[in-house]
Amino acid sequence: MSNETKNEHPLYEVFIRSKNGLDHKHVGSLHASDAEMALTNARDVYTRRSEGVSIWVVKSTDIVASSPEDRGSFYEPSDDKLYRHPTFFELPDEVGHM
Amino acid sequence: MDVIEQELEELETAFQAKVDAEQRIEPKDWMPAKYRQTLIRQMSQHAHSEVVGMLPEGNWLTRAPSLKRKAILMAKIQDEGGHGLYLYSATETLGTSRDEMFEQLHSGKAKYSSIFNYPTLSWADIGAIGWVVDGAAIVNQIALCRCSYGPYARAMIRICKEESFHQRQGYEIMMTMAQGTKEQREMAQDALNRWWWPTLMMFGPNDANSANSAQSMKWKIKRQSNDDLRQKFIDATVPQAEFLKLTIPDDKLAWNDERGHYDFGEIDWDEFKSVVKGNGLCNRERLQARIEAHDGGKWVRDAALAYAAKQKTRNAKAA
Repeated sequence: MSNETKNEHPLYEVFIRSKNGLDHKHVGSLHASDAEMALTNARDVYTRRSEGVSIWVVKSTDIVASSPEDRGSFYEPSDDKLYRHPTFFELPDEVGHM
Repeated sequence: MDVIEQELEELETAFQAKVDAEQRIEPKDWMPAKYRQTLIRQMSQHAHSEVVGMLPEGNWLTRAPSLKRKAILMAKIQDEGGHGLYLYSATETLGTSRDEMFEQLHSGKAKYSSIFNYPTLSWADIGAIGWVVDGAAIVNQIALCRCSYGPYARAMIRICKEESFHQRQGYEIMMTMAQGTKEQREMAQDALNRWWWPTLMMFGPNDANSANSAQSMKWKIKRQSNDDLRQKFIDATVPQAEFLKLTIPDDKLAWNDERGHYDFGEIDWDEFKSVVKGNGLCNRERLQARIEAHDGGKWVRDAALAYAAKQKTRNAKAA
């Protein structure tokens, strides 16, 4: 893998809220010299057909991500707590919907 | 077998199982080095094709027959630039950089779709490109929406949504010309005559001669074979041409009841190979235009960086 970025503008990840009431969703990335340019570029690249009402841009290097290799152990604490799911509890039919 | 080799084999088996189970591969997941390389090559060349694809159409921007057509063509070309960006961005998730990809394009090491090495001689070419070239691209790209690599598949979905406008605007240009004066009909026919065969070549060599196909199919990078996709495109396009009362330039083209498909003539593979090698009508011109655009934009990129640095220092002082 190469991290050569000698002449490149920094990479920004782009998140778009398609309409109010919905979450922002990752749509891709782009290069820009600063945050302001990243926003206007994101508008031009990712919302040419009114796909969004709000845009977030985040420098890719600022994102901290979990790694897939330790998926097992990382999520383990939740794996043995089946009682967190409603289906863990059996109710008689007479109780009806709960 | 040593431990490392055994470990690698286990990883590869797990990877293939994941692909077979229709699970998507995401950037940080383990993947075979060859899978990564294949994707970087295919995706970056796809991105380059979108970007170089702006050039033949740009030729007609200043000579579009009306302001409406000009605005539409501009929007289409802007889309192609956007598609290039989606794809570069998706390719970067595999660990290559934008600069590296540009370098490979500009040095001629990376290819782009040969179709863009043909010239656009008349306004009808813009119609033909939208209708058949983008039509063929859509057939290819719909198959790629289910590619095993998540970022590529997602980029393709976005692209397919937009590509449909491109094909319809092209068909509408052809329809207008096909219903126009005798000269206009001839222009439309001439454009179809020149673009038809190169368009069929866009699907790549016949399955029997396609070196990388089998592995790509196994990895579900590719979902359908070159020949299947080509057939699909022909079957869809022949009735569209009939409606326009234009003739597809292939005297072997005929409906085959038994197969339930159109039969068609043999593609001139020597021409295909020659254009891929760099001997098409416009190879040098396209690459030159691309390099000049990149180099010519350097001062803008430098100025933007200098401005960003200045703002940063200013804000730091003010704080």
